[in-house]
Amino acid sequence: MTHPLHHAAAGEVLLELVDVARWFDVSPPWLNRVLERKPRVLLRAVDGVDVTIRRGETLGLVGESGCGKSTVARLIVGLYAPTRGSIRYDGVTLAGQGAEAADAGAQRQARRSMQMIFQDPYASLNPRWRVEDIVAEPIRVQEGDVARADLDARVGALLEQVGLAAADGIKYPHQFSGGQRQRISIARALAVNPAFLVCDEPTSALDVSVQAQVLNLMRELQQRLGLTYLFISHNLAVVHHIADRVGVMYLGRIVELAPTRRLFTQPQHPYTRMLLDAVPDLSMTGKSRTAVAGEVPNPLDPPPGCTFHPRCPLADERCRREVPKLLPAAAGGEAACHAVEDGRLPAREGAPA
Amino acid sequence: MSVRPNAGAGEAVAVPRLPSLAERLRGAWDGDVAYSFRRSPVAVVSAIVLAACLAGALFAPWLAPHNPFDLKTLNLLDALSPPVWQEGGKPGYLLGTDDQGRDVLSAIMYGARISLLVGLASVALAVVMGVSLGLLAGYAGGKIDAFIMRVADVQLSFPAILIALLIDGVARAALPRDAHGDVALFVLILAIGVSNWVQYARTVRGSTMVEKNKEYVQAARVIGVSSWGIMGRHLLPNVMGPVLVLGTINIATAILTEATLSFLGVGVPPTQPSLGTLIRVGNDFLFSGEWWITIFPGVALVVMVLSINLLGDWLRDALNPKLR
Repeated sequence: MTHPLHHAAAGEVLLELVDVARWFDVSPPWLNRVLERKPRVLLRAVDGVDVTIRRGETLGLVGESGCGKSTVARLIVGLYAPTRGSIRYDGVTLAGQGAEAADAGAQRQARRSMQMIFQDPYASLNPRWRVEDIVAEPIRVQEGDVARADLDARVGALLEQVGLAAADGIKYPHQFSGGQRQRISIARALAVNPAFLVCDEPTSALDVSVQAQVLNLMRELQQRLGLTYLFISHNLAVVHHIADRVGVMYLGRIVELAPTRRLFTQPQHPYTRMLLDAVPDLSMTGKSRTAVAGEVPNPLDPPPGCTFHPRCPLADERCRREVPKLLPAAAGGEAACHAVEDGRLPAREGAPA
Repeated sequence: MSVRPNAGAGEAVAVPRLPSLAERLRGAWDGDVAYSFRRSPVAVVSAIVLAACLAGALFAPWLAPHNPFDLKTLNLLDALSPPVWQEGGKPGYLLGTDDQGRDVLSAIMYGARISLLVGLASVALAVVMGVSLGLLAGYAGGKIDAFIMRVADVQLSFPAILIALLIDGVARAALPRDAHGDVALFVLILAIGVSNWVQYARTVRGSTMVEKNKEYVQAARVIGVSSWGIMGRHLLPNVMGPVLVLGTINIATAILTEATLSFLGVGVPPTQPSLGTLIRVGNDFLFSGEWWITIFPGVALVVMVLSINLLGDWLRDALNPKLR
């Protein structure tokens, strides 16, 4: 919708998550459990996520802190192994059921075409390395010995591609600003010509003026190189700017997944509505904003049924008992909400027709 | 000068160039650490004293007035002569001679060689052992971590000198009598090195556990760098700062340990006397009035250890960003 070019190219499914879950064991140490009779404690950071990303599109993933967005990113790139479910990329099962049966060479090939951009540009670059070594590292690791001159030329071209100078390669990361460092991160991610980038809040540590530059760079690179993005952010404006489709996460599950325009104009899930109402908007000066009511429940002890029901104005008996499934909504996209399914969703006040 | 529009648009991109050695040296001189060095009189004086000790020890064969181990040059008639400024002192023997007519000054210079060699080599051994095991424990975690650190805890419950005595004793018992003299120095280095690895391991393990959760390590994992590559090329440079400081201070401790062992008679063989051996030998003459045989090697040891310690203290402060 927002980027017709991508939709023309979009088609085949590139990445597919099927019922992916990741639980962390945060139990006290064995001795304490035995002596103090404490039970095992599981943190369900991600608890059953189904999502597909098509080639060439940008999927935004939003949600409050601690809802499992970053865990999804780390599951996809293989930093964590899923507790349940499976992850398929470009026809190859990378993790979960069927991963052992998959061809190891194909898996390595798939991993190679998938790179990640991290949130904190001050922590994601090794402070003791020169920028040229940082950017060259993926090439060295994945292609073995590359001639020095060849490597220099490629690193120089990568740095120029992200708007830095080739001569910046001999500097150290601390000689750059946050935005420039994030450009270095992007150059490193692009070094081995990936098809898919997982971006874990790539702009949230940056100044607002620099955010726009980095976002525009990412969009430009996407158009030029035909990249596919998973873009994780808690900033709705940023996601609105860059994503083709948006998934909203709440407590380890996706509660609504829809094309960007539809999600922002006709949000279905009560949580999405709550989030959108909370966004400060300069054009709506004077209109009072509704703060998101209540707190995110403790993920160690999530409420039964729909995890959103303690905060939901529409919750009824069924919501307290039964976990809603992600089902196609009448307005388009999908939502995991009994109220949407039953059609007892009130019209949204102030929403455009 | 007129400004040419698009100047350089068609020119070749500037090739990245690493700074030359001279530029790097100048950069280091202007850097924070060098600045703090120039501003610290204690550090400058200790560095000069230490440099003098090092030069005296390294160039002993050329600088020393006598060769105390060349029996042909020894004259028993010169034995037990006091320092030159005292009554009865002989010119040519600045700090006097011992019971066999050896020049004390020359013996100190040769002895400092052995002491420094043992100190540096044993610290190097302890650093290599401690850093590798600490890095492995911190990065691998789990059972490997538990095993390495429990071994470290057990070793830490014995005094280092006891461990060194144990290793030395085992080596004496295991090796044939005549072979022992040749390898005594290496056994001593091994003993002192192995008895000191624990503190490096603990320091490095702690910093590794902090560093391994930073995003640059995760980025390296996503890229596909092996665990060994991450430990060696990413984590190692970032955990070495505290180790440098600890190592500097520990050179002094290692020299003292060696002196203690030699004083107890289990260190280096008498044919290669270190400062500790000299102090022990001189100790026998202390109460008969020939104080210079033991006091001067003792003073040399104290000066050397003190200057290393002061330099180590300065280095710790200079590298600590919170104290800048």
